[in-house]
Amino acid sequence: METLEVNLEEQFQTRIDADVRIEPKDWMPDAYRKTLIRQISQHAHSELVGMLPEGNWITRAPSLKRKAILLAKVQDEAGHGLYLYSAAETLGATRDQMLADLHSGKAKYSSIFNYPTLSWADMGTIGWLVDGAAILNQVPLCRTSYGPYARAMVRVCKEESFHQRQGFEIMQTLCEGAPEQKQMAQDALNRWWWPTLMMFGPKDADSPNTEQSMKWRIKRFTNDELRQKFVDMMVPQAEFLGLTVPDPELKWNEAKQGYDFGDVNWQEFWDVVKGNGPCNHERLQARVDAWEDGAWVREAALAHAEKRKQRAGTAAA
Amino acid sequence: MYASTDSISLPDVTPELRQQLFSYVLQLADTSLILAHRISEWCGHGPVLEQDLAMANISLDLLGEARSYYQYAAELEGQGRTEDDLAYLRPAVEYRNPLLVEQPNGDFAHTILRQFLYDCFHYHLLVQLQAGPDRHLAAIAEKSVKEAAYHIKWSSEWVIRLGDGTDESRRRLEKAIGSLWRYRGELTTPTTTEQTLQAAGFVPDYAAIQQQIDAHVARVFEEATLPVPQGVFMQKGGKDGRHSEHLGYLLAELQYMQRAYPGMKW
Repeated sequence: METLEVNLEEQFQTRIDADVRIEPKDWMPDAYRKTLIRQISQHAHSELVGMLPEGNWITRAPSLKRKAILLAKVQDEAGHGLYLYSAAETLGATRDQMLADLHSGKAKYSSIFNYPTLSWADMGTIGWLVDGAAILNQVPLCRTSYGPYARAMVRVCKEESFHQRQGFEIMQTLCEGAPEQKQMAQDALNRWWWPTLMMFGPKDADSPNTEQSMKWRIKRFTNDELRQKFVDMMVPQAEFLGLTVPDPELKWNEAKQGYDFGDVNWQEFWDVVKGNGPCNHERLQARVDAWEDGAWVREAALAHAEKRKQRAGTAAA
Repeated sequence: MYASTDSISLPDVTPELRQQLFSYVLQLADTSLILAHRISEWCGHGPVLEQDLAMANISLDLLGEARSYYQYAAELEGQGRTEDDLAYLRPAVEYRNPLLVEQPNGDFAHTILRQFLYDCFHYHLLVQLQAGPDRHLAAIAEKSVKEAAYHIKWSSEWVIRLGDGTDESRRRLEKAIGSLWRYRGELTTPTTTEQTLQAAGFVPDYAAIQQQIDAHVARVFEEATLPVPQGVFMQKGGKDGRHSEHLGYLLAELQYMQRAYPGMKW
């Protein structure tokens, strides 16, 4: 029995190494399944919770066009949540259980959504920086080893790049506008820059799961590699906008052909992860309230479906 | 249905009629925008993700429709105002939406019933408008009627589910009916502007639309095992700019950026 398990695991790794996709009915190690459920559901939760900070500005969007784009973007996020939950379900997780884990605080979601959206420029910054960071994290996942996840990510990434463009366009409009608008943009960058760098996760040295995830090709780059890529990509864009990146240590390094940059405040990172960010309480409470306040609606839908079924049964008999 | 079926090209209408048409298109625009605003307040807080998606979708449809009307209204007015000027820079007394759509969301049953009452009118109005003589308005109606057909299906199904669901869902829906039924009559009670435009053949006869609405409501309520309320006194005034206390707050939020930062591009 033990030998069989070992063989299966070897065969599994051989397939992974050959870049053959793993599908729901294929054999997979328990740890692989668990890691994926954790990662995909965390991603789905992030989409769900991520609707809140942007939803905060839908009713106050400054023009009808911006309102429509923002509403469509938040709607996309709900859609991403749906197909990510579906991808996790192919691994045997149920949506109710995943949501219960979110509501109890057991499951995590991206810490970035625990920061408040305080001005319209935050809608630009979230699109430009946060979705930009998300794309760097997610594009490699289009080639991730688990089939349903990879396919979901292809769709997600297409929409995310549209989101990033609209975010950049908001920033560009603000930066070309009145002094108050440019100041609004700079203030948003000041508040979101460091939290965005935290989105790539702890330093490689402090990221215990990275090695195994890279071996399974669930992950394709390390946290620090992606963070460096992000800084190299964003600094020229900030310069183009005429904004100042709030990092006094930021400096071009000719030798490595990349930027050197200051250290993230890891104390703040862990505080937010542990639930002590400025909006952790509000975000989770909003989700729990929506779920609890909606319980009677879901019950009514089930009860009605049951009544219909019984009536159809009676009619047939 | 129409007093006249001749195709009217707008440059030929009298300035008075053009002014009336402007007011009417603005009324349609305000109505769609205010309801879109209300539904968008649900975003991220729906009872289940699929319904969050459905409500964002409906809100987006209505917002798109509102923008088409505002753009057309701006064109009819010909004073150089834009869709945003019309939406963001008019005070509450100039808003022309009926009272129903500005009512707060309340619980999901309240939102569903408000949507259902509006969808019944909206769908049947658009069916008529798309065959109307104003070709610009007809084109907007033709696009929007497809969306409105989905909205009425969605809200009708929910009225049935909630009415014929659990005791609690039925109680909540009955409470919503108690609060909102009185705003239903305004939808099909023509204002002076609407009467003028009905006489000129631009706006359909509301009595005929009312019959279609009543037939649909009767079917849905029967399936929902709910009695159709009778003899309810009908409130009105929104279409003449006399609103409930709720609209001021809604506009304060909707217009915040444009009021706080006048004249800027976004």
